[in-house]
Amino acid sequence: MKEKQIIGKKELDVILNRLCCQLIENHHDFSNTVIIGIQPRGIALTNRLIKLLKDVYHIKNVQFGYLDITFFRDDFRRRDEPLSANKTQINFLVEEKNVVFIDDVLYTGRSIRAALDAIQSFGRPSKIELLCLIDRRFSRDLPIQPNYTGKRVDAIASQRVKVFWEEEDKKDAVTMLSLDK
Amino acid sequence: MSALSVNHLLGIKEVSTDDIKLILETANQFKEVINRPIKKVPTLRDITIANLFFENSTRTRLSFELAEKRLSADVINFSASSSSVSKGETLVDTVNNILSMKVDMVVMRHPNPGAGVFLSKQIDATIVNAGDGAHEHPTQALLDAYSIKEKLGDLQGVRVAIIGDVLHSRVALSNIFCLQKLGAEVMVCGPATLLPKYISSLGVHVEYNLDKALAWCDVANMLRVQHERQDIKYFPSVREYTMQYGLTMDRLNALNKEIVVMHPGPINRGVEITTEVADSHQSIILRQVENGVAVRMAVLYLLSQ
Repeated sequence: MKEKQIIGKKELDVILNRLCCQLIENHHDFSNTVIIGIQPRGIALTNRLIKLLKDVYHIKNVQFGYLDITFFRDDFRRRDEPLSANKTQINFLVEEKNVVFIDDVLYTGRSIRAALDAIQSFGRPSKIELLCLIDRRFSRDLPIQPNYTGKRVDAIASQRVKVFWEEEDKKDAVTMLSLDK
Repeated sequence: MSALSVNHLLGIKEVSTDDIKLILETANQFKEVINRPIKKVPTLRDITIANLFFENSTRTRLSFELAEKRLSADVINFSASSSSVSKGETLVDTVNNILSMKVDMVVMRHPNPGAGVFLSKQIDATIVNAGDGAHEHPTQALLDAYSIKEKLGDLQGVRVAIIGDVLHSRVALSNIFCLQKLGAEVMVCGPATLLPKYISSLGVHVEYNLDKALAWCDVANMLRVQHERQDIKYFPSVREYTMQYGLTMDRLNALNKEIVVMHPGPINRGVEITTEVADSHQSIILRQVENGVAVRMAVLYLLSQ
């Protein structure tokens, strides 16, 4: 098993700042935009971006929530391990809003498909965009592409991309793990 | 990631404390789901569930049906009074016929204790017991525990008094097992004729005086007097029962604390509980019904994994 760091703390800071700027470019003061973090791994990234938007870019009122997609997945009863749910925390309607989904790694696209289904429970958004930190670009099962990407990574199926956050894992980094040899 | 240790939910006695905690935790997520503008999730879309009710029910049946529909399962309903059971068909035959129509889960209420256990040995569908005679009613106990937890924050050390017709109650037995597994202290209270002889062997306090029980407890779970099951006279008159064991506002006001009042329904207003108490702010009776749907969604979800 080989582990290789593909993003370090410094580069991650640059990427997060760039993503914030790109969001501001398209959504201005976020008056009609809501940020939705996808449970469980998109939450840390969401919180980081929200903090940056507020502290560094002085955007006062960013509405954001967390969406759990467990009950909308298409692999229920098709996995060996049971799925356990996380908390959904969206106390507003997304009717006629611009929604930005936030997740750490975009892989097969199936989580995002589930999220597209799940968000319908909270109204009909006028537009949905996707932001991901890592885009494993040759691994998609569905026609889903991100609007904002931190970094594109070419990885094969036996490799794992993991994102570590200071708040949860005591370090800021993205690593790639090769499972064979 | 965790799963239940059992394949069926036949009674609280057989499930572990971890199972109960997992169900209550999952119910939290479903409670959020049923409070959304659109209350439906597609999780069980490939599952068919048969609700077999060999005995009358309003709340449990509607609650299960709603839970199944909110999870997008296909639902078929069956009630004994309008079926071939009255022509003499056996339980196994009835269920096997229904299962050959490709049903994955069975939710069953039956007047005979142990009907669920018996059935689980005969067929290979997942069975959820929705009440078997005076034996167990596991989902009611789970939703009661969930409701107490929601109101008081935790069950550890909470004192719950189960008051009334314990002898004919399946709710009482399931509640005792469930609350004890979650660390609560349980007392049963009622006339000696309506308390089973060996109930104290379950490790519960036994009390015959309602006022003493109320002074002891944090939560009073009032049971219905089950007139339809009482083949002999257990107390001289309904009026006398109410005077001795009816929960009134005067009794609640006489306490120097505020207790939580619960009732599994259906309520005999003016018998075990007065209208005033049932509709007071201390009563969480309607909250119990709401939580019932979330808890049953959690049970169906976890059992179908």
